[in-house]
Amino acid sequence: MAVSRINEAGLDVNQYGNRNLIINGAMQVAQRGTSGTLAATNNFLVDRFTGSRLGGLADIFDTAQVSDAPDDFTYSYKLTQDGTSVTLSGTNASMFQYRPEGQDFAHLNWGTSSAKSVTLSFYVKSSVTGTLAVISTSSNSDQDIAKEYTINSANTWERKTLTIPGPTSGTWGTGNSVFGYFTWGICGVLGSARETSNIDAWGTGSGGTSITVTANSTNALATTSGATWQITGVQLEVGDTATDFEHRSYADELARCQRYYYRMKPINPSGGVAHAGAFNTHARTSTELYGVVHLPTAMRTTPSLAISATGDMTAYHAAISLTVSSFTMGGMSTAASAEINVTVNSGGTAGYAGWIRINKATGYIEFDSEL
Amino acid sequence: MNITSAQYQQDMDGDNCAVQAVIDGVTWSVPMDTSNTQYQAILEWAEEDGNEIQAAE
Repeated sequence: MAVSRINEAGLDVNQYGNRNLIINGAMQVAQRGTSGTLAATNNFLVDRFTGSRLGGLADIFDTAQVSDAPDDFTYSYKLTQDGTSVTLSGTNASMFQYRPEGQDFAHLNWGTSSAKSVTLSFYVKSSVTGTLAVISTSSNSDQDIAKEYTINSANTWERKTLTIPGPTSGTWGTGNSVFGYFTWGICGVLGSARETSNIDAWGTGSGGTSITVTANSTNALATTSGATWQITGVQLEVGDTATDFEHRSYADELARCQRYYYRMKPINPSGGVAHAGAFNTHARTSTELYGVVHLPTAMRTTPSLAISATGDMTAYHAAISLTVSSFTMGGMSTAASAEINVTVNSGGTAGYAGWIRINKATGYIEFDSEL
Repeated sequence: MNITSAQYQQDMDGDNCAVQAVIDGVTWSVPMDTSNTQYQAILEWAEEDGNEIQAAE
């Protein structure tokens, strides 16, 4: 049909694509795994979202991608208090956070007089009722705003809609740097540096401290043994109206996620395919092999490289296999291709071709360019 | 990020090409790209007293 024949007035806004500025809002992509804890400061489980514990808070939350989800969704992200008895003190806090890339949010004009409002919507389910907050923060934390929401009924999926006015000041990231932060507060000491008084209006931020609570926030998720909090269907769109969640294909979401993280691993370990060919190599010396991985999509920046374990990798070389001792990201690597130097213990022959195989179902090579 | 060690890695020409760092218990080969947030964190870590990116072996 010619574009001129489309009657725009007859279209439902829910039919428009590319409304959702959030990647993996349906929590369907989880390249790193489907369960974990908040052991470190940043704990990515489902792609693009990180769970964090701050200020010396003990590792009291288990995390998982679970199949309990509201209608129209397959997965949610779940935090479960692991039963540890805690009393929050100091600057203890925990949060769930999304960090967008500057150039994807530049059209919001935040930090200028033309700043646009956005509407954040999400489905949430918790075993404890009470008030929690989503805090939006500029890239250097010089501006923040908290929008509160209430868990009305325990263990019930509820859709929350929060409209965030466009901030006319503050520092917002551009290019491939972090634009700012959208933080779902899980807990935080009230009255501490974790609390903001900027409720429903932008105000001067802390300038560095991660904000997780308002004076009205409950900390029951941290202090209640076995408490749970789940989220999915996260959507952020321009304007003051929440439309239906924009479902995208798994392939589409995976490709978007792989701009920030890519894990190469055996495709179907439970189905008997426990190995995966990784990349071809050639031997420069008896102990140095070089190869190139063409990344599936251009990443945000040159990624970092890690492997599950050297014992999970085998270097095949002519008719023999060599023992891998290290992987190094080569200096000619880019956001689109990784030049990898594989060091082997001995036995190589300069000039020979070969390849690297991931030799265990649980083995992997990972590339990280997260924000 | 909790960085516990950092050491330069060299390419075939003997030039520093990456930093091997243990970050949150995982050993990463981090490119010397200032847009890489792990490299940013390593540089900040190296500014703190007592921390230093070790020379390549």
